[in-house]
Amino acid sequence: MSQSYNLRDQPSKANMADIALADLSGISKTFGNVVACDSVDLTLRQGKIHGILGENGAGKSTLMKILIGLHAPDEGEIKVHGVTQRFRDPVDARKLGIAMVHQHFSLVPALKVWENVVLGDHQKVYLSSFWEAPKRALENALAGFRSNEKRTRKQISEISARYGLDVDPDARVRDLPVGVRQRVEIIKCLRYDPQIMILDEPTSVLSPAESERLFKVLRQVVEDEGRSVALVSHKLNEVLAATDELTIMRQGRVVEHLATSDATAPALAKAMVGREVSLTLNLADIEGSTAIGKTTETETTSEDTTASKPAQHFNHAERPDSLPEETPALRIRNATAAGKDGSPLLDSLSLEVNKGEIVAIAGVEGNGQTALDHLLSSLLKLDSGCVEVAGREVPTGVPGAFVKAGVGVISEDRHDTGCIMDMSLCENLYLSHPKDAVSGYGIMSRGIMSRATMSNRAAELIDDYRITASGPGAPMWSLSGGNQQRVVLARELSRKPKVLLASQPTRGLDVGAVEYFLEQFRQAAEDDIAVLLVSHELEEILELAHRIVVIYNGKIVGEMPREGMDMQHLGMLMGGMTDMGRDTAEAASATQEAVA
Amino acid sequence: MNQTSRLQALTGWPWERWSYIIGLYLASIFAALTLSALLVWATDGSWQEVFSAFLDGSLRNPGRWGLTIGYAAPLLLVALGAIVAVRGGLINIGQEGQLYIGAAFCTYVAVRLGGPGPFVLIVAILAGAAAGAIWAGIAAWLKYWRRVPEVLTTLLLVTVASQLVGYGLKTTALLLDRSPEHGNRSQISERLSPGVRLPRVEIFGNSFPMSAFVALVLAVGLIVWLSRTTGGFRLTILGRNDRLAQRVGISAPKYGTLALLASGAFAGLAGAMMLTGGDLGNYRLTPGFSGFFGWEGLLVALVARNHPLVAIPMAFVFGALRTGGGFLSATGVEREIANVTQALLVLALLVPSSILYLQERRRQVAAVEART
Repeated sequence: MSQSYNLRDQPSKANMADIALADLSGISKTFGNVVACDSVDLTLRQGKIHGILGENGAGKSTLMKILIGLHAPDEGEIKVHGVTQRFRDPVDARKLGIAMVHQHFSLVPALKVWENVVLGDHQKVYLSSFWEAPKRALENALAGFRSNEKRTRKQISEISARYGLDVDPDARVRDLPVGVRQRVEIIKCLRYDPQIMILDEPTSVLSPAESERLFKVLRQVVEDEGRSVALVSHKLNEVLAATDELTIMRQGRVVEHLATSDATAPALAKAMVGREVSLTLNLADIEGSTAIGKTTETETTSEDTTASKPAQHFNHAERPDSLPEETPALRIRNATAAGKDGSPLLDSLSLEVNKGEIVAIAGVEGNGQTALDHLLSSLLKLDSGCVEVAGREVPTGVPGAFVKAGVGVISEDRHDTGCIMDMSLCENLYLSHPKDAVSGYGIMSRGIMSRATMSNRAAELIDDYRITASGPGAPMWSLSGGNQQRVVLARELSRKPKVLLASQPTRGLDVGAVEYFLEQFRQAAEDDIAVLLVSHELEEILELAHRIVVIYNGKIVGEMPREGMDMQHLGMLMGGMTDMGRDTAEAASATQEAVA
Repeated sequence: MNQTSRLQALTGWPWERWSYIIGLYLASIFAALTLSALLVWATDGSWQEVFSAFLDGSLRNPGRWGLTIGYAAPLLLVALGAIVAVRGGLINIGQEGQLYIGAAFCTYVAVRLGGPGPFVLIVAILAGAAAGAIWAGIAAWLKYWRRVPEVLTTLLLVTVASQLVGYGLKTTALLLDRSPEHGNRSQISERLSPGVRLPRVEIFGNSFPMSAFVALVLAVGLIVWLSRTTGGFRLTILGRNDRLAQRVGISAPKYGTLALLASGAFAGLAGAMMLTGGDLGNYRLTPGFSGFFGWEGLLVALVARNHPLVAIPMAFVFGALRTGGGFLSATGVEREIANVTQALLVLALLVPSSILYLQERRRQVAAVEART
């Protein structure tokens, strides 16, 4: 384990031990007929980072929203500093020192950093009594007088300096990368000097090095300042590394409360999903071991035992040696494109993916992965360079050109180009090839879509891809995120594409679903589909890829086979350092630690 | 049991849902009527009399329901056009102008083209539809060439259309009646000769033009096209998510232009059929001929929540509001009261769809929140 996490093992200061800052008991909340929380208990103690672990839909976020006053619980009691409280809105919760760093950033891109920070000061007024309105209005007016520019800037630089959260108060938020935006969110939260900080999936958008920094800040916040942090996550490694106590939730209920020191990854995974799952390896195992495969949960993930059981591994990840020399399924040559503002998106990027090969693109978010997604979705026109699919050049930016050429895309933003929420599941399966639904013969039925054909085929795909839905006619929005993603997968894979681009396919999915998706990609490669995987989860890349390429600033800066790869080298390439300097090695090791 | 399950299979909603919707509409209409009655009562009128006059005007008096149908047909056509555009994610609000231009071109062809009556009639109606399409096409061209929002262009083209047709009506070489009975100052077109008028259906003392059947057939055709064909499916995809459309090969300029052209063609067709149908303007084109049918057709589409099937009864209701409204002033009630009543009824028909939309929205949000 890395140095920073060793802090956890230090005895916590005696004066703050076992002081419960917030105590939730018997919290229940239902939405319609969906039970989001079912008599949940949770205690947040001073000086502790409390991990809340669970699959998607386990009720974690709802519980947090109740804690910050966004939702009122149907049943149960919230005690803050031992006093029972009822929150009308987040302003009430904030006054008692509970603040949240939001998962989906609530920043206004067009405004400057300091403007965004003061933005939350004027809260919406919910009238509950006659005097409430004028009272709040007065408070807001006073707050308005107080929150002048200079003061805020000073505050921001103070907080920046204290926690090492480097942010320029005058930068426009839209110009900032995601990691920095999160810093702004954290500053916004810390500015209220909260006793309890809630972070909802904070690392889902961060690079490993950024996650590392975030956890350092959190550690400082709890250890030195006696606050309490609730960290919502579904990443086991992260929770094990960064928290002191754990609450595991499943289907709206608490499965277990335990101290992190008593927890092991396999046990947590089992508790979280309620069944045994296979877990990916720790990166520490990679070095010195060439035959890396999937280990099952019973084989455990801790370093020593895995290494002792090499016989159990199967070499599915080996690159097929028998691959004949032929034209690659996908070849991108010197692709160069710029954004509307002239900033480079792709910088003479060249890439080849062969039939039956899984090539993973590693890289820190925002280095051209989105542009690549858009390129293969016909949404981006290249300024120069070309793309060939199975030896044939495909025009870029032309509607449908890549679909026609046989390129399937699981796009990184499902809502953007993946599916249509207002349409049914069944219709979503036919978005790219509506003609498949035409089943009639002769001229009379030309262009007429057969409902029967559509729903029969949809029912098959629902079975094949284990989609949980009320039926083919279920509206897409009624499905959970994981199942929506399965619908996209089903649509793109069932057409047997030549090339499949999977951009962040498992983001936000739970352990079981991730396992399923990875297996599907493996299967796709066996079926001679060229799979291009873009992912920020290094574990995923290491488990799946035959070959890894590193993208940095819209360019492929390095390539390596999966076997015998050098983690340090990979980390440096991701950081944009192609030569081995002394300081670069440090940065690389930081990246590596964060992943481990 | 079998009946209800069939209804559910057809519409995706169980009968409870349907009775809820119908109940909502009834309650809303009842509230509007109560408010109107109170208003009439407050201005010393008799609400029974007013209600009775409304029914007389729209349905009961001889020949009135025929007239209502005659009004409903162009309203339905305009609404269908609006629906096509909305399905493609475009907002065409210039039907008033497209309708007027359509009527003008139809007049020109019908008056000037020689040949057998039915042939001239069909060519004239098609010319009207084409003119409406071209008028909307200008907006489409500006949108995809220069990215001018179609909401603005379609709306502004209404004014241009009315000026243009007004000019045509002043010019003998274009539309102005050449016969000497009208002076130079009057703006009126020649009357269509009996051979180029739409045949009228005579039934139980009521009569209405064939355009009603055309509108019905087109409504059903549109339902089938939108819900059962790849073309309609593609247009719907474009309307819901244009980036996804681009990825899967639905070109926005192509489908968007087609949708706007079709939308304008519906409005132009409505104008042509109003003129050749004879219920308005007595087979002559006059200034103000479009008579707010373009705007009201938009309301029909709105109240019908952009569903062609619902638009059919709604067009009839709006037609009835017109014909019935004409009789209200005869009861001695202030003219303004009649207008307010009409507006209240329009609102009453709009409120339930908004409530349903909001509830749907809230359910979606709750469903999403429950998962995250």
